[in-house]
Amino acid sequence: MTNRQLDRSKRRFLVAATSVVGGVAGVAVATPFVLSMLPSERAKAAGAPVEVDISKVEPGMQLEIALQGKPVWVVNRTKAMLDVLPTLSSRLVDPQSDQPQQPEYCKNVNRSIKPEYLVVVGICTHLGCSPNYRPDAGAADMGADWPGGWLCPCHGSRYDLSARVFKNMPAPLNMVVPPYQYLKATRILIGDDKKGA
Amino acid sequence: MRKFLLALLFVPLSAFAAEPIPLDLAPVNLQDYASIQRGARIFTNYCLTCHSANYMRYNRLEAVGLTAHQIEDNLMFAADNIGSRMTIAMRPADAKKWFGMAPPDLTVITRSRSPDWVYTYLRSFYRDDSRPTGWNNVLFSNVAMPNVLFGLQGQQVLKPAVAGQQPTLVLAAPGTLSPADYDATVGDLVNYLTWMGEPMKIKRMELGVFVLLFLSLLFILTYYLKKEFWKDVH
Amino acid sequence: MSAMQKLVGWIDARFPLTSNWKTHLSEYYAPKNFNFWYFFGSLALLVLVNQIVTGIFLAMSYKPDAKLAFASVEYIMRDVEWGWLIRYMHSVGASMFFVVVYLHMFRGLIYGSYRKPRELVWIFGMMIYLALMAEAFMGYLLPWGQMSFWGAQVIISLFGAIPVIGDALALWIRGDFVVSDATLNRFFAFHVIALPLVLLGLVVAHIIALHEVGSNNPEGIEIKKHKDPVTHIPLDGIPFHPYYTVKDIVGVVVFLMVFSAIVFFAPDLGGWFLEPNNFIPADPFKTPEHIAPLWYFTPFYAILRAVPDKLLGVISMGASIVIMVFLHWLDRSKVKSIRYRGTLYKAFLAMFVVSFIGLGYVGTQEPTPTFNIIARVLGVMYFAFFILMPWYTTIDKTKPVPERISE
Repeated sequence: MTNRQLDRSKRRFLVAATSVVGGVAGVAVATPFVLSMLPSERAKAAGAPVEVDISKVEPGMQLEIALQGKPVWVVNRTKAMLDVLPTLSSRLVDPQSDQPQQPEYCKNVNRSIKPEYLVVVGICTHLGCSPNYRPDAGAADMGADWPGGWLCPCHGSRYDLSARVFKNMPAPLNMVVPPYQYLKATRILIGDDKKGA
Repeated sequence: MRKFLLALLFVPLSAFAAEPIPLDLAPVNLQDYASIQRGARIFTNYCLTCHSANYMRYNRLEAVGLTAHQIEDNLMFAADNIGSRMTIAMRPADAKKWFGMAPPDLTVITRSRSPDWVYTYLRSFYRDDSRPTGWNNVLFSNVAMPNVLFGLQGQQVLKPAVAGQQPTLVLAAPGTLSPADYDATVGDLVNYLTWMGEPMKIKRMELGVFVLLFLSLLFILTYYLKKEFWKDVH
Repeated sequence: MSAMQKLVGWIDARFPLTSNWKTHLSEYYAPKNFNFWYFFGSLALLVLVNQIVTGIFLAMSYKPDAKLAFASVEYIMRDVEWGWLIRYMHSVGASMFFVVVYLHMFRGLIYGSYRKPRELVWIFGMMIYLALMAEAFMGYLLPWGQMSFWGAQVIISLFGAIPVIGDALALWIRGDFVVSDATLNRFFAFHVIALPLVLLGLVVAHIIALHEVGSNNPEGIEIKKHKDPVTHIPLDGIPFHPYYTVKDIVGVVVFLMVFSAIVFFAPDLGGWFLEPNNFIPADPFKTPEHIAPLWYFTPFYAILRAVPDKLLGVISMGASIVIMVFLHWLDRSKVKSIRYRGTLYKAFLAMFVVSFIGLGYVGTQEPTPTFNIIARVLGVMYFAFFILMPWYTTIDKTKPVPERISE
């Protein structure tokens, strides 16, 4: 009888120990499979910082480039466009850019390093569509009070020319400004703001 | 019977292929990072103009102890992004016109040819004016590739076979390196090529030791588990 | 009633969970005397799962395109995190699948597991083997190396030997005048979808048939002849679960040690599992100097080459595989297991083993005249084992088979 009981507890111990070690083995085997779905070296190489010559962007024009496969816009805003920005505060969700949607050095009304050049990731903060550039202030289909900016074709979110979202729109946040730096007066490096990179 | 089978398993298939000359043992040591780094420099300087290494990314060299700056400054001549692959500007179609065949990509050359083969091959060139390139090779007869390392090696000539013996190679004009230094340099290059053929090989083996130890533990547990349950049967 | 019991009860009212568990595991009574040879069935199942899981993950990064395939395999080996491990698990797994299946089939051969009432178990098994050969052959094209390309070229050309329709058939299989992008793309479809579905279905049929008739054992004694009069449980049977599950787990761990040793220390196994020439991208203008299929096809390949006539060679090769399906017809012995057979059978079996391994070796070698003669002798030995079986199993002296399995 005692022997029998001893057997039972030994058996329970062995079952538990094998299950635990086997479970660890199972997790260990699953790990490489899960990790293999992360971005590969190719994706990382394609996601490396991009150098852009901005001298060819005409005033009022938008240049589109790819960073990690995402659209990034460089917009050369005119004086008229810039003058409108400070007047929109009451109509915007986050006019002071308090949400961390941009590097610290772009936390200003223009959301940029040099006032005229806006660099922004062109993805709507609602559900990831890429908004259309509508710089034409007061366009007929946008309403007389349209100051110029972007309109998301998916769910109608509107952004001003600093990529700040208007109130009462599906999108909750301003569009993201990526880290970037000026290498020369007309050359920027997008995706990396560390000096000496 | 079983012994015969086992013996069969451990004879590498490549050993069956008859080569015109015996292969020399390449001094491959994948843990000798300094050698791999020297080999990488020779590779990018001498090979990477005609031969590509299309599946190899420059930044992988960080795994053998080089920094991003060292790679960019010393090894990258054509590419501008450290994540880019070791491609060449020459197009295969043009190469075929010029050389008769496109120089093969070298990323996995030591896996199709063995390291020993490449090591022997690079030391077996000799002058042969009957060839369009002026070069021939004892291991790979009538090869399309000239001896691009002859500046280092010098020029070998083929001494015809004496009765019952293999033909031998003799150094007729010395290069900038002594024969021993040249062998060491080719050794570094082959070491690099071998590493590039499978960069995760060392990591693979290290992990293998760990996996086998872990499975041994699991074996002990499952063995006693089985024994315990089978007490009911016996 | 615990929450667990409640849940199981809820399911059982809607799905036969407990009854299936009992039928196939906890109340499936297997003979108590399984030996070493009985590990390979569960191991084959394990390797099948390994191939399917690693295959799914490889398919996420592989490109079935003649321009991209070779590069995408190197992409998996280098750029995909842990891709090398997944690829090696798949390539080593393919060879190990055949190792395990050949041992599994040999077990069936020596213990007479193909005999009545297990004919369908054997026939389903042979169909699995045929599907597996097709699966392996098509998978081998995917890396798009030199051996992939020329191996496929040669094997597809075999169909060209069939009179009248041969050339049209080969053309139809390739979908082009040579092995090309079209061939690669359709082989990919077969390899990742069609054949795995067929394999899974056949494996289920194989197991259902087995559990209907019950497992054979090294003695070749039917345990169902002697049942407990009250419980109707075979007296020499034990429940598969837990006894054979815990035993098979030991086998699984030992197998995984061998498997890991190969994957981590010699994934190409000196060219036996991954051929050197397959690290050269496919070149339709240049056949490698020496081409041979991977080791698991070489016995049949050697038979093909041994016959100096294209059509007869193809027929002989096909026959050497198909003839195994008819074992239960050819064997006239009174006993099942080798343990109770006479010297004559054992001699023929030894000859068969020698011929199979010998042909396998010759198939990897260049076809020199000496090897051709050896291949012919071995080929005759191979077929003699099957064709003469009705004769030698009838006259062979057998020992009496006991009624029960002794300790």
